[in-house]
Amino acid sequence: MSLSKSELLKAYRKMREIRVFEERLHQENTTGDIPGFIHLYCGEEAIAVGVCEHLKDTDYIGSTHRGHGHCIAKGCDIHGMMAEIFGKDSGLCRGKGGSMHIADLSKGMLGANAIVGGAPPLAIGAALTAKTLGNGGVAVSFTGDGGSNQGLVFEAMNMAVVLQLPVIFMFENNGFGEATGHDYAVGGRNITQRAAGFGMPAVKVDGTDFFAVYEAVAVAVERARNGGGPTAIEAVAHRWYGHFEGDPMLYRADGEVERLRQESDPLKIFSEHVSGQISAEELLAIDAEVEALVDDAVAKARAADFPAVESLLTDVYVSY
Amino acid sequence: MAIRTYREAVKEALAQEMALDDRVVLIGEDVCGGQAGTAEVGSKGEAFGGVLGVTKGLWTEFGSARVIDTPITESAIIGMAAGAAMTGLRPVAELMFMDFFGVCHDMLYNQAAKFRYMFGGKAKAPMVVRGMIGAGFSAAAQHSQSPYHIFATTPGLKVVVPSTPYDVKGLLIQAIRDDDPVVFCEHKALYDIKGEVPEEPYTIPFGVANYTREGTDVTIIALAAMVHKANQVADKLAAEGISVEVVDPRTVSPLDEDGILESVTSTGRVVIVDESAARLGFAHDLAALIATKAFYQLKAPIIMVTPPHTPVPFSPVLEQAWIPSADRIEAAVRKVMEA
Repeated sequence: MSLSKSELLKAYRKMREIRVFEERLHQENTTGDIPGFIHLYCGEEAIAVGVCEHLKDTDYIGSTHRGHGHCIAKGCDIHGMMAEIFGKDSGLCRGKGGSMHIADLSKGMLGANAIVGGAPPLAIGAALTAKTLGNGGVAVSFTGDGGSNQGLVFEAMNMAVVLQLPVIFMFENNGFGEATGHDYAVGGRNITQRAAGFGMPAVKVDGTDFFAVYEAVAVAVERARNGGGPTAIEAVAHRWYGHFEGDPMLYRADGEVERLRQESDPLKIFSEHVSGQISAEELLAIDAEVEALVDDAVAKARAADFPAVESLLTDVYVSY
Repeated sequence: MAIRTYREAVKEALAQEMALDDRVVLIGEDVCGGQAGTAEVGSKGEAFGGVLGVTKGLWTEFGSARVIDTPITESAIIGMAAGAAMTGLRPVAELMFMDFFGVCHDMLYNQAAKFRYMFGGKAKAPMVVRGMIGAGFSAAAQHSQSPYHIFATTPGLKVVVPSTPYDVKGLLIQAIRDDDPVVFCEHKALYDIKGEVPEEPYTIPFGVANYTREGTDVTIIALAAMVHKANQVADKLAAEGISVEVVDPRTVSPLDEDGILESVTSTGRVVIVDESAARLGFAHDLAALIATKAFYQLKAPIIMVTPPHTPVPFSPVLEQAWIPSADRIEAAVRKVMEA
């Protein structure tokens, strides 16, 4: 499958945006100015971008608590996201959602989701909408290896097969559900095989390789758009940071993350893959633009106003 | 006006809204029934049309794309409805027995109820969850409960508990057209009651109580099947010169506080009949409302007539002792009249 140079540059830019956004949040969080919890996506960028490069604004994704990467890949505004994470009124959810609930329906982003395994049932609903309206839309749910064990994920997969819904179940196997390893928590140690047991095509790909993800998703999206029903894809990658910021990662071997940064960096792997078509200078130029974009997003988010207290009671029916 | 049963009123509301709006779809277990049976689906008529026949005929009229039979999979039913609602459909999901919220509540409690607020007003979840409530059929502990009070504790959910065919149709159409998720509680003991129902579609706004009896001495507040018992007590005591007003809030959330307080302040005596719970239920919420906002108008302590704090028992003798009875309501009215 050949991507044009402009498509490759766009994919690289998205992955770099995710990387810089998350690395910056890792720093900003130490200042104590970010309320609540954040969960970083570094190391998994190729999955979100490999999926979303196939999707339009009218296609939908449902996400996880580790959702910043999915949001960026699906086109959510970086400034709006950063402001939301800082709890500001200019945030995508007016400061009412925060890191774990960033959503933008106009971009087909159904929300990061702080309930583990929460996205698949919602994604089959978005897929039902697409099927009912006959608009050729596709929905994708993101779920981690930890979430893959949730009962409602199984229910969603079965329903998708029964109703032949245009949905893709993306399982991001980053090796850990919170502080518990995949090999302990996933009984059969094979998410792909388990998904296949529901009666849909299921494949396992290297989630650090954008091209591997992109090609698998291409097949799944085509199947979904043509009425061929659901697909499951397990993408194996690595989580460079803790479950949440502040997690000391006592469950990881010494030197593991440093090694992953050297050997399994999705951006390095991408850069090497495209080195014949795209020069290092071109990529560095993108890096600089992205750094400036994220700098500006942080500066504007910090300077922005918190929501007016009156907004506490808006956007919901309030009885007493 | 036509004469319709409560059951027919549900189906008529669904059928009329489905005819008016292609985005309205039904999702549930055996809402038609018979898929992959050994007889061809529909060849002998709809197998179930809902376990108590409420939706019978809708699959024949609208087909499998609009009347969607699902596996027994409540989380996926409610979750799929929530995802469909936020992306442009107006799904009506059937939970069958409302008791089953216990296996799937996340998709309402943490998801659909919160979308609009949590996403800063930029999302909505126009969906209805229908289900049966109520004791009286020896359906025992897992098929007889009335958990509307639990739904009503969740901001973002609207909760409807109708008592008559007229209210069923108008409130269900309102629920389908409403942009918030609505939990629509159908009391199974009322399915066969009849009443006048306009043939054309109409809506009844949420948060408007109905006075089913007007009186001056005592206010009884009740929902669903309990309204009929309250009316019965009111009619009996009227012969003795005790004038009872019966207030049916019809929706638990939003709640017609003004309508309730107006009656309470005029009579000064209150009996609340509630099938939900002995503690932390709808009655307790109303009692707190009245005590905090109408205390000085009260002539007697508020009496709550609720079930005991037990699961719903199976044996008819035990179950009848569990359900708030007309006798207990009457005794409560006589008690507040002593003050």
